[in-house]
Amino acid sequence: MTAPLLQVDDLHVRFPISGSGMFGTGRRTLYAVNGISFDLVKGECLSIVGESGCGKSTTALAILGLQEPTDGAIRYHGQPFSGPGGPGRMERAKAVQMVFQDPYSSLNPRQSVRTSLAAPLRLHGITAASEIADRIEAMMTDVGLTPEQASRYPHEFSGGQRQRIGIARALILEPEIVVLDEPVSALDVSIRAQIINLLLDLQEKRGLSYLMISHDLSVVEHMSDRVLVMFRGQMVEEGGWRQIFETPVHPYTRRLIAAIPDPDIATKQTETLERFADMPMPGGRDFASDGSKAPDVFVAPSPSELVEIAPDHRVRLALA
Amino acid sequence: MTDPLLHVDGLTLGVSLGSSVRPILRDVSFQIMPGETYGLVGESGSGKSVTSLAVMGLVKRPLRISDGKILFKGQNLLALPKREMRRLRGNRIAMIFQEPMTALNPLSTVGRQIAEMFVLHQNKSWGEAEKLAVDALASVQVPNPGERARNYPHQMSGGLRQRVMIAMALACNPDLLIADEPTTALDVTVQAEVLRLIKELCAERGTAVLFISHDLGVIASVCQRVGVMYAGCLVEENETQALFRNPRHDYTKGLLGALPRLGSRSRHGRQRLVDIDSIIADRSTLTDTRFIAPRAADGGQP
Repeated sequence: MTAPLLQVDDLHVRFPISGSGMFGTGRRTLYAVNGISFDLVKGECLSIVGESGCGKSTTALAILGLQEPTDGAIRYHGQPFSGPGGPGRMERAKAVQMVFQDPYSSLNPRQSVRTSLAAPLRLHGITAASEIADRIEAMMTDVGLTPEQASRYPHEFSGGQRQRIGIARALILEPEIVVLDEPVSALDVSIRAQIINLLLDLQEKRGLSYLMISHDLSVVEHMSDRVLVMFRGQMVEEGGWRQIFETPVHPYTRRLIAAIPDPDIATKQTETLERFADMPMPGGRDFASDGSKAPDVFVAPSPSELVEIAPDHRVRLALA
Repeated sequence: MTDPLLHVDGLTLGVSLGSSVRPILRDVSFQIMPGETYGLVGESGSGKSVTSLAVMGLVKRPLRISDGKILFKGQNLLALPKREMRRLRGNRIAMIFQEPMTALNPLSTVGRQIAEMFVLHQNKSWGEAEKLAVDALASVQVPNPGERARNYPHQMSGGLRQRVMIAMALACNPDLLIADEPTTALDVTVQAEVLRLIKELCAERGTAVLFISHDLGVIASVCQRVGVMYAGCLVEENETQALFRNPRHDYTKGLLGALPRLGSRSRHGRQRLVDIDSIIADRSTLTDTRFIAPRAADGGQP
């Protein structure tokens, strides 16, 4: 088995919320991420799905080093990747990069694409003008743009082209891991298909590992090798894409899948749920939460455990 | 044969740029029958929202309608005086928008905003109207409607706010509801609930719906007939099932092929998504052909 590139072990992120009272009374804690663990293997695409506020972006920020974890460990090639023993920003940037949802707001409008792409190279010690030019030229071609377009400014590009530039910017330092935060949800259907195809091509060509955050389950099914379903800061189910989409166990996962409006199953939403209903429940045990009620985010979640119900397929159940 | 509730006939609209006019909508025609849910689907800039604004009588300069008619119950809305149009709008034709936070007044309670509909259009007193507003909130399945009516928009979640918008739009039992991307800003499970609500309430009351979305899945799950828009033209129109099973226009084929379909990877393995530009050599010729299927109900008479 391939050694994991990135290991996330029992990650917790809590935010102290200052109270309205004087002298700090009424101070509360927001439990954003509660015990997330997963491994990311080289060359795979792991997707984190869940609804707004479930903690998927906070998890990604922790991995990028933009949010200090309250608890838990992140390891990259077996070495600490967070906390005091972790790498500095420069080293981190060479390992993990991010593609943002909105290509409009993630590019500097006052810099040409060339300047935006050259800056990280210069910062990382590549100063020879010819090498910078070569790498930018190769990168532009790889993302389906022409090298000449590098002298243009972000506003001169369409949304799809800007997302290509966003991808180029993320890949210019040749990171091993790319965090994709809703990479296609701001794009129109036809452009979305082009960007999805591009991401899959680049992954294969460069052996990239993707950590994708998305709420669009049809895109997730198309792109992922493994899927992690989050609900209110906890993983409720994790498995291979087939396990999650063909034999989902947790009621929340099932509801998420049944809720997707898809032209083919549009008239069959209830059928989808009924099909799932026939599947056996894991060992007669209860789920910690069925994900139908929004629990209070200011209360620590009640104890529960992830149980392996099939090889590499884990589901959160209440403690036996 | 029943008369259509809404008949958009040859609607042509442009934007004036100095002395020249750039076309935005070109000869758009479609009909919506009473109680029917009709979907307009297309990508950004295809003209679907502008079409809905034209029906609402909200087209303002620099946009200008240069040709066509919008017949609502046989009455041409484009020839209607402003006063008359104001009486129809909100009363007989209502609209819900994508972003409920910007469509609701942040300074007024939601109960009062719904009550206003009854005061303006049904000559109710404020006291009466506020009671009706609570009923309206109950009808869109808002829990604790009495209490919620006293909430301001910012105190509500996105899904609840969209329910308030629906309550407001349906307050006067309109004949036509225009829903412009009503669930785009919502999470999938909330989206499913809101779609079900729109579907059920409109079926119950016999309200016709003009449903606008870029999401083919959403359109498929709520509409009986669908029109596909591209570059200001209605390029294909058919009954929903027929359109999705057997698209005829190259653009529709491209759109459907570009969509990752749930379950398709299990059945056929990972297929490369269709890049529309690879199957369409010249986009400028796309609007030359149109496939408008005759409606079964009226024996092929358009």
